[in-house]
Amino acid sequence: MNYGYYPGCSLTGTAKEFDSSVRVVLSKFNVRFDEINDWSCCGASSAHATNHLLSVALPAKNLFLAKQQGFEKVFAPCAACFNKLISSKHEIDTNKNIRSKIEDLLEEKYSSSPEILNIVQLFHNIGLNEITAQKHVDLSGLKAACYYGCLLVRPNDINGTDDNEEPTTMEKVVSAAGAKTVKWNFKTECCGASHSIAHTDIVEKLSKKIIDDAEKNGADLIIVACPMCHSNLDMRQLNIKKHNPGIKLIPVLYLTQLVGLALGIEEKKLGLNLHFIDPMPLLKSKLKIEAAV
Amino acid sequence: MKNQTDKPDYEKLVEDITGQNSSMCYQCGKCSAGCPVREFTLTPPNRVVRYFQLGMYEKAFSSPTIWLCAGCMTCTSRCPKNFKLSNFMDALREIAIKEGIQSGDKKSVAFHQTFLNQVKKFGRAFEFGFIRDYKLKSGQLFQDMDVAPSMFMKGKIGLFPHKVKGKEKIQKIFNNIK
Repeated sequence: MNYGYYPGCSLTGTAKEFDSSVRVVLSKFNVRFDEINDWSCCGASSAHATNHLLSVALPAKNLFLAKQQGFEKVFAPCAACFNKLISSKHEIDTNKNIRSKIEDLLEEKYSSSPEILNIVQLFHNIGLNEITAQKHVDLSGLKAACYYGCLLVRPNDINGTDDNEEPTTMEKVVSAAGAKTVKWNFKTECCGASHSIAHTDIVEKLSKKIIDDAEKNGADLIIVACPMCHSNLDMRQLNIKKHNPGIKLIPVLYLTQLVGLALGIEEKKLGLNLHFIDPMPLLKSKLKIEAAV
Repeated sequence: MKNQTDKPDYEKLVEDITGQNSSMCYQCGKCSAGCPVREFTLTPPNRVVRYFQLGMYEKAFSSPTIWLCAGCMTCTSRCPKNFKLSNFMDALREIAIKEGIQSGDKKSVAFHQTFLNQVKKFGRAFEFGFIRDYKLKSGQLFQDMDVAPSMFMKGKIGLFPHKVKGKEKIQKIFNNIK
């Protein structure tokens, strides 16, 4: 059975390189998947911040759709979408009152939802040995700070994380791909998330602390699996630098882009040319990029 | 304490949304110690709960803290009483909007309402329309003029909304909830 793919709004726009790197990397591992037809927005931060029932109903519409289309497992690379889909599934499965309200709103009976996976979990399903086996490029010159942020690890009782304070699942994927990982303190601290637009100053201050700690602990790049984390750490970094001339610019890559590099996939196909902080000088100096696959 | 007889039963409204009563919180302050936005507000999150416990609802609802909460859930994951403070903050925002209570943070309210309007209209978030409407609603016309052109050049901001089948159903969800 193919996986269902829920890209979410960010992956069709501001994080389109996350989408392209997901697609090309999964094709190398022969993971079969189909995009869920006519998926709609999960409501993200704004629905749960303003209306609880809406924050369950918008993801639920997609859970119902995925079920109708026959998917037993769905992956959502965007950490916010993953979080909203799995929270909605949990509410409907455990709260009868909410379930009947959702059934009324969607005018459909609920039976069950597909299993929901984030991209780190999907890599673990593919298998760490498989990732190592497919390696074409030596990434051992790279020292990565794996940044989980909030939505991959909290709330910890429902999303299958190994540890909400000190998770290590992303490090395992990065190590399997051949890069080094650093020990650091800010892997689950918040970057300010959706405040990026209404409170840019807060996001810049919080993101600066994350960047500082990654650099202090010897990282030369930050790895993320969330479009909001990426835009706060990458797009906002030039302004952070403007206000804090002391910091060194540090590239921020999606986990799928790093695995893609190990597989020898061409940088453009991974969208590495679409970041604000150009990772190519670092990659050229630290990697011997062999013939593209 | 003020006489709240003419006010809705806020404690019950929150309990209906979150399934928890604010009296669960015993004010240890662990939430505020780990809160990433604590330094940007004069009212730490545990004090918002305290206002609520004491029936000082106006203080709780008008605090910018309820809007500055980034929903990171650090408080919820560390609470020794398993009180879901991030859900409590969500519930306060929901009630504040429904009751038309003046917000201490108009920009955040504009952000969320503009975002959801896009989803209601198109079924998916539509960046260009979202940014345009947010600027108009919040009055922040010249914000992000430094990064916006690069985002266009990189093809990261679509000029046209996506077409989603079944968006009538989404509109129906919105209309039936409001």
